[in-house]
Amino acid sequence: MNGGPETPPPLEGGDWGEGVVRLVPGTARINPSPPPPPSRGGGGSGPSLRVRLRNRGLDGVTLLVLPGALFVVALFVYPFLYGLVLSFRPKDGGWFLANYATFFADPFLYDTIGKTLAIAVPATLLNVALSVPVAMRVRLMRRQRLLTTILVIPITLGTVLVAEGLLTYLGPRGWVNRVLIEFGLSAHPIRLVHNYWGVMLSLLISGFPFTFLLTLSYVTGIDPSLENAGAMLGARAAERFRRILLPLLVPGLAITLALSFVQAFSVFPSAVLLGAPAGPTRVISIAAYTAAFEQYDYPLASAIAMIMAGVQVLIVVALLAARGLVFRGPASTGKG
Amino acid sequence: MLQRETSLGARLWAILVWGLVGFFILNLLGMIASVVVNSVGTRWFTTWLPAGWTVRWYVLAWNEFGLPDILLTTVQVVGAVVLLSGLLGVPAAYAMARRDFPGKRLILLLFLLPLLVPPITYGIPLATVLYQAHLAGTIWGVILANLVPSLPFVVLIMIPFVEQIDPRVEAAARVFGAGTGRLFVQVLVPLLMPGILAAMLLVLVRTVAMFELTFLTSGPTSQTLVVALYYAVFAAGVRPGQSIDAMAVVYMVTTLVWLLIALRFVNPTQIVTRAKR
Repeated sequence: MNGGPETPPPLEGGDWGEGVVRLVPGTARINPSPPPPPSRGGGGSGPSLRVRLRNRGLDGVTLLVLPGALFVVALFVYPFLYGLVLSFRPKDGGWFLANYATFFADPFLYDTIGKTLAIAVPATLLNVALSVPVAMRVRLMRRQRLLTTILVIPITLGTVLVAEGLLTYLGPRGWVNRVLIEFGLSAHPIRLVHNYWGVMLSLLISGFPFTFLLTLSYVTGIDPSLENAGAMLGARAAERFRRILLPLLVPGLAITLALSFVQAFSVFPSAVLLGAPAGPTRVISIAAYTAAFEQYDYPLASAIAMIMAGVQVLIVVALLAARGLVFRGPASTGKG
Repeated sequence: MLQRETSLGARLWAILVWGLVGFFILNLLGMIASVVVNSVGTRWFTTWLPAGWTVRWYVLAWNEFGLPDILLTTVQVVGAVVLLSGLLGVPAAYAMARRDFPGKRLILLLFLLPLLVPPITYGIPLATVLYQAHLAGTIWGVILANLVPSLPFVVLIMIPFVEQIDPRVEAAARVFGAGTGRLFVQVLVPLLMPGILAAMLLVLVRTVAMFELTFLTSGPTSQTLVVALYYAVFAAGVRPGQSIDAMAVVYMVTTLVWLLIALRFVNPTQIVTRAKR
C-alpha cells in the first residue's frame, strides 16, 4: 500500500477492488474497469463466476494477452518441441538416439563444439574484460550519448555487414595491411581473413559494443553514494572497485557474460564469410545448417540444434549458479 | 561528485582506457569507410585511396542483383512485421501491465525466451516446421519467422510505457461508457504514441538487419536486402567486389537512416538492454 492518509473506502463491498489493479507508484489504487453488473437471477449468495475470475485478475482485458502468447507458443515453443521430437526419429529409422550417436561418433560433427567454444569463449571473456574498465570510465562522463550512438552502429548493422566490411578492411589490399606495410611493421600483407582471426575480430567488432552497453547499464545502476562513502573513508579507486563496485556488479556481469556467450556461440554468417568454414571455423551452426539445407536431413539438423541449445543452457546455468555463490547485496539496485 | 584521482598511475590508466576506446572506434569507422570508398572507386590496389571515382558499381548492383525487387520485398516484410507485431504486441503489453493473473510469470518467460535464445538455434526447427506447412520460401514464412522475436520485443518495450499511464484516465473513460476497443483507439493509443513509435522503429531496424531467420526461411523470391547481401558476399568472385560493396552501402544507408530516426525517441542502451527486467 502506498499509505496515503486517506485510502478511499471500498466500493460495493470491495469484493473486486483489491488485487486487481497493478499498483503504479504514486497513483491511487482505483480499478480501471467498471464494477461488475449485479448478478442476475435468484440466489445471489456468493459472487458470480465472472466476479470470482475478475478477483483473480482474469477479465476481458487479460484476454488481450492471448493472441500474442498463442503466437509465441505456436511459432517458438511448438517448433522447439517438434524439433526435439524429430531429433529422436532418425531419417533412416533405427534407434531413437541414432542422431545423437551419429553426432558424437563423427569427429567432423562433434569437433564443431570444440571449435565453436574455441572462438566463443575467448571472444566473450575479452569483450567482458574490456567492457568493465571502459564502462567504469564512461559512467563518469556527462555526455555519453555520442559514444553510445557510435557503438550501437555495429550492433544495428549486423554480422553480415561487419563481415563484408572486414573483408575489405582487413583484406590483403585493405587499410590495416596498408598501415602495417607503410610503417614497416610487416614486409608483406598479413592474412587476417578467411581464418580463425577473421571470425574472432568480427566477434570483437560486433560483440564489444553489445557487452559494453549491457555492462554500462548495470554500472550506472549502482548507487554512486555507496562509492562516495567508500571514498570518504579513504579507499583509493582500485580498492573501491574491488571491495564496493565489483561485488555489486557481479550479478549483472554474470548475465552479461551469459548473453554475450550465447551470442558468440551462435556465430554463423561471419564464420562462413570471414572464416574457413571447412576448417578451423566450422562452427556448430554451420554443421546444423549443412545437415538441414544441404543434406535435407531435418532430424539430424534438429538434433544438432538441440545439442547447440543444450551447450548454451549448460554454460548459462553454470554462470548463473556461480553468481549465486557470490554476495548479492540489496544495495545493487540503488538507482531504482 | 566523486574526486578524480590525479596520481600518475591513475592518469596512465585513464589514457590506456581512452586509447582503447579510440582504437576501437577508429577501426569501426575504418571498416565502414573502406566499404564506402571501395564502392565508389575505380581501381584500388596498393594505394591509400582508389585511382579514380565512379558510380557505375551502383548501377551494376542495381541491375545485376535485382535490387528493385529485393528492396520491394524488404519493404513488404518489414512493413508487415512492424504492423503485426504492434497489433498483437501492444494489447498484450497492456494486459501484462494492468492485470495480475495466475501464470503471469510464465507468460513473461514465454515473451523473454525468444529474445534470449539466439535466432540460429530456434530458427532451424522453426524453418523445418514452416517448410512442412509449405510457408517457408514464401514471403509469409519470412514474415511469420521475423515476428517471433519482434512480437515479444514490442511487449517488453511497451509494458513500462503502459505502466506510466495513470489508471484513473482509463477509469474515467470507462465511467463515460467506453468499451475496451474505444478505450484503445481514443485514449490509450494517443497516450502511448511515443512508446509505440519507439517500439515500431526499433522493430523496423531489427527486422531490416535480421539475417538468420530470414536466411533460413526465405526462398529466391522472398529475400530481404541483408540475405541478398550475404549471398552476394558468399559468391564473391562471381561479381566485382566493388558492386558487392555498393550493395552493402545501400543496406547500410537503409539501416542507419532508421536508426538515426529511432535514436530521437530512445536511448541507445535500450537497443541492447531490452531483456533487463
